[in-house]
Amino acid sequence: MIRIESVTKRYADGTVAVDDLTLDIPDGSITVLVGPSGCGKTTTLRMINRMIEPSGGRILLDGQDLAQQPVTALRRSMGYVIQNAGLFQHRTIVDNIATVPRMLGWDRGRARERARELMDRVGLDATLAKRYPYQLSGGQQQRVGVARALAADPPVLLMDEPFSAVDPIVRKGLQAELLRIQSELGKTIVFVTHDIDEAIKLGNMIAVMRTGGHLAQYAPPDELLSAPADAFVEDFLGTDRGIRRLSFFTSAGLDVTATPIVTADADAAQIAERTLPELPYLLVTDADGKPLGWAKAEDLAPRTDAGDGASTEDGASTADLLPHGRPFVLGQDSLRDALDCAVLSPTGWAVAVDGTGKVVGVTSQETIATAIRGAHAGRATKPAEPDADAPDAADTSAAGPAQAPATDGPAPDAPDGDADAPVKAAR
Amino acid sequence: MNILNFLNTFFSDGANWHGANGIPHRLLEHIQYSAVALAIAAAIGLPIGLFTGHTGRGGYALSAFATGARALPSFGLLVLMTIWLGQLGTTPAMIPLVALAVAPILVTTHEAIRSVDPAPVDAARGMGMTSPSVLFQVELPVALPLILGGLRSAAIQVVSTATIAAYISLGGFGRYIIDGLASHTYSDVVGGAVLVAGLALATIGVFWLVGRLVVSPGVRRGR
Repeated sequence: MIRIESVTKRYADGTVAVDDLTLDIPDGSITVLVGPSGCGKTTTLRMINRMIEPSGGRILLDGQDLAQQPVTALRRSMGYVIQNAGLFQHRTIVDNIATVPRMLGWDRGRARERARELMDRVGLDATLAKRYPYQLSGGQQQRVGVARALAADPPVLLMDEPFSAVDPIVRKGLQAELLRIQSELGKTIVFVTHDIDEAIKLGNMIAVMRTGGHLAQYAPPDELLSAPADAFVEDFLGTDRGIRRLSFFTSAGLDVTATPIVTADADAAQIAERTLPELPYLLVTDADGKPLGWAKAEDLAPRTDAGDGASTEDGASTADLLPHGRPFVLGQDSLRDALDCAVLSPTGWAVAVDGTGKVVGVTSQETIATAIRGAHAGRATKPAEPDADAPDAADTSAAGPAQAPATDGPAPDAPDGDADAPVKAAR
Repeated sequence: MNILNFLNTFFSDGANWHGANGIPHRLLEHIQYSAVALAIAAAIGLPIGLFTGHTGRGGYALSAFATGARALPSFGLLVLMTIWLGQLGTTPAMIPLVALAVAPILVTTHEAIRSVDPAPVDAARGMGMTSPSVLFQVELPVALPLILGGLRSAAIQVVSTATIAAYISLGGFGRYIIDGLASHTYSDVVGGAVLVAGLALATIGVFWLVGRLVVSPGVRRGR
């Protein structure tokens, strides 16, 4: 554990960058320091590896005062990742990554072997090993930066706005990659950002700091969103924190119904049987159970009658279907994803699929609202916020639990769970 | 007689290719003066420039020194040194040449190190590199093209100015110019001047080659 104890940083000109900060950073998790510029978050981070020395207080690592330790040895035991990666442009990628192992006295061969291992770990193609930094994209360079920081397998990783300089799509990929690496390695990560969304996405704990180096609130993201300590934190979190908090509620217990789902060749009887009273639409799937789109019950019936038995081609009918929008993965995606799907759906109903993309059911906005209220009640956190969600209509549609239509087909081919598979940036 | 005739006269004279006053011998002398002066200037300028560039200290003192050094007239210094020191071998000629070369080496080295991107330097320190390692493993390799540029311009100035050594009875290509002027043998003057210019061009070529060999492809193509 890293314990920051009444730490103050005051510069010669009287500026106070960090003011009497006390913070316990737990092992094996990501702690994010977030705040507007000038809040002292980077200064705090840089005091942990003594790039900046505190002017008061102390920082303990596993009970040992950092000030007592030799500074180079201390820094070599902590990975350090900065904005723009800060790669050595005169060294190849593999030698950049091998920097700290080489400093620790590893021989060149072993250090390079370790570097190649890490390239794989962070999703860099092995063919890049002999390239120079200028030949890589910004996102790739930042991956090298992360690999370089991990090279000597330090227990602590300090990351100073590492993803701020790349475009949003690449940033999203890097964030997902960091979470994946962290789930494998379980490092103690201190992460500085000015982006509250990034903080909420990555942090197990979030320290919100305000100008002048004060700690405004230190809490897990869920609690931060549900109970901001004061107006500053609330303002910093932005307007839609109620919706964003739904990211922390799983869709696992969400009620979905498989009733209004038919295949493209359904006959009139099936259509009549499967039409729900509150939903004049049916979701049409292909033979594999993948969603094709929504159709009005009365539109669907005559056409399937007219279309004779030879209609294996469902292209003609899908052209007339309403788009089903992006489905959510039941149990894997959050209630926020489910709600988003429902809001975007032309019918107001979200389509739930399993890991392979097969439809397991559909669910209404009202059902999701019920689940949200249930989730809020289930959390023993501060009073559930009165904002956003719930159109409070009595939910008529709490249909039976998930019941997949036609569960045939092969075993799921694990979409991205495979730990060692290099994951590409653009996803 | 035009320049081409002068050149023809000078280079086709067999006497100019043999003995102590032959072109090969004068070339060696000229290279020797230049190389020694450049080596001494580099031995002074590089360490100071690397240190001040790395620590960021002494920038003002450096620019004051450089301005002063540029204002020094090499020829005046040569005469002064000869009067003070007498004919002490090549020493009186070396002093103005070294004084000429130190300033560009020192100032460009300082500036080259200062201009290194601070991000990798910060990363290197944060990873636990010692201060000398940061200088020699991070800053110097990246600053090398600029530092070589400083050495190259110093070398060119030294090669051109080394002609004045002949004024105090030393050798080098300056002999042809000084003696030619004294004896009104203008073909020697023109020939000597062309030789000096050619050697300066060859110097540029040598530095280009050195750059290809010692500068990392990552830095060379990264620019």
